[in-house]
Amino acid sequence: MHIVVCIKQVPDSAQIRIHPVTNTIMRQGVPAIINPFDLFSLEEALRIKDKVGARVTVLTMGPPMAETSLRKALSLGADDAVLLTDRKFAGSDTLATSYALTSAIKKLSEEEQVDLVFCGKQTVDGDTAQVGPGIATRLGFQQLTYITKIESIDQGAREIVVHRRSEGGVQVLKTALPCMITMLEGTNTIRFGKMDDMFRAARYGLKTWNKDTTGAEETKVGLKGSPTVVSKVFVPKPRAQKATMVEAEAPSAEAQAAAAVEAIFGAQPKLADELLARAAAGL
Amino acid sequence: MSEPSKPQGRKFQLPEHLKEYKGIWVIVEQERGSVHSVSWELVGEARKLADKLGVEVGAVVLGADSPELNAICGDAFTYGADVVYKVTDPVLADYRTDPYTRVMTDVVNTYKPEIVLLGATTLGRDLAGAIATTLATGLTADCTELDIYMDNRSLAATRPTFGGTLLCTIQTLAYRPQMATVRPRVMSMPDRDDSRTGRVVEVFPTLREDDVITKVLSFIADREQNEAQLAFADIIVAAGKGLGKPENLKLVFNLAKVLGGEVGVTRPLVQAGWTGFDRQVGQTGKTVRPKLYIAAGISGAIQHRVGMEKSDLILAINTDPNAPIFDFAHLGLVGDALTILPALTDAFGKRLSVNRLAG
Repeated sequence: MHIVVCIKQVPDSAQIRIHPVTNTIMRQGVPAIINPFDLFSLEEALRIKDKVGARVTVLTMGPPMAETSLRKALSLGADDAVLLTDRKFAGSDTLATSYALTSAIKKLSEEEQVDLVFCGKQTVDGDTAQVGPGIATRLGFQQLTYITKIESIDQGAREIVVHRRSEGGVQVLKTALPCMITMLEGTNTIRFGKMDDMFRAARYGLKTWNKDTTGAEETKVGLKGSPTVVSKVFVPKPRAQKATMVEAEAPSAEAQAAAAVEAIFGAQPKLADELLARAAAGL
Repeated sequence: MSEPSKPQGRKFQLPEHLKEYKGIWVIVEQERGSVHSVSWELVGEARKLADKLGVEVGAVVLGADSPELNAICGDAFTYGADVVYKVTDPVLADYRTDPYTRVMTDVVNTYKPEIVLLGATTLGRDLAGAIATTLATGLTADCTELDIYMDNRSLAATRPTFGGTLLCTIQTLAYRPQMATVRPRVMSMPDRDDSRTGRVVEVFPTLREDDVITKVLSFIADREQNEAQLAFADIIVAAGKGLGKPENLKLVFNLAKVLGGEVGVTRPLVQAGWTGFDRQVGQTGKTVRPKLYIAAGISGAIQHRVGMEKSDLILAINTDPNAPIFDFAHLGLVGDALTILPALTDAFGKRLSVNRLAG
């Protein structure tokens, strides 16, 4: 079994701050990390490797410095790593990105047939959740997004049973390999790397591919291959008004609470009516 | 919002053959006979955009033919649709990416809408990502604002990025349809107009169950699972690190119970194992827009803020008068949530029971 895990190196959004005076993003010193959503998918791929045996290849598209994230994934137990990097890819939107990544997965499949592709549910910087479905559609793989659990995987029958989060509940789906899976966050915890893997990751001879290696057409990548245009980027307007502080008649919690209830019902008379009606109905 | 300066570097003209694409579509998200409210929010929003462009609103309803599905088609008109594309086949009974993608690709290619909108839900984002690929067009994810730029009649889709620290406006100028998924509970719910009707276009795709590889073995409904339903809650009482220890969560549960609301939490509480992920509000959790959001012991970090700042009314309780949450809450109370929460529970309880006696 050959599993490809697509990862993305992103700035740690938890550490991004807005400059209080200039109201611009402060990127300086923000560390680059593996997109946190990708780690749930990487861990799931490694669990399949542990359970039924598989070769796990991590793939990323990005600038040369994304090598750091690939080595991190190798240190956690991935077997191989491919860095897809080309200046021509710059400015790719999700349609162009899924095309470029698909070209690399097809090339990987020539070496050893790819049975499963894992992607993160979405990234923390782009938040689109579109690249995984784009890859699945282009490869003609079954698309399994928002997966909470892989119940079983049968290599012989090439069957997989998964739980998929949908709005009102969980779908239990049975499908055939090959498929593309995105794991829902919180479904597992990424392991600690083993010492052997850490040494191997440091020494590993990374595969670096470009547009020509994978045979990607120039018109389908980068800005040329991207239907969407970013026409404006701006900082959200801070809400002009700060909170109105609830004034209590006495400094006790009771007085504060009573004042807060009146303030809430004063601001939202309709809500007060609804709650009162519900209370009157004995609900 | 002002119209942007022209993007530079590339040609952005709509080719002549794509100018026949007309009308704004909403793909109505229907599962097991119930419609996700975001679909009607989008029909309402599509109505406004379509009136600006002078075109029709189309609602696409997919599923197995049933009385429930017919009722949904009727609802689409009352919320503002002019045309309902009713696409029925037994294979479409449950949502599955592959048959839905095949059918929607065909329907779009046949009827050629200029804009296609879906909810940014698990279904909407799964389907949109697939059909934007088969149609090779632009798709903007998880939008919070839509507008039409009249100079070139194009959709301007605005969305948060970098976890809500920035907003960007994205357009698809030279491709059709222009696609976007929109975050639930951001657009307001339109009023029903039961006098509205329209025309129904029936579509009968030729699907065979044998051609569909993915099978639905079963469906485990959340209401049988005790999972929190934050996305639909009118009132949410939320807790942050200020509550100190997991046992204190009962204080927010007590208040939520009196108000008939749900309990939400910040990400650090989920990470610390206080409660399940289903209650997490924020960037990597749920986006909520209740009528009342009571934030207890929550400082107001950007990751939490983006998930709840659209609430109709936010009451923040925090010991620190300089906590960022007071910058965007509507009402603020400086004090210890541990004493104020029980007092609020009593105060609401009294206020609501007094009325019951009086009534």
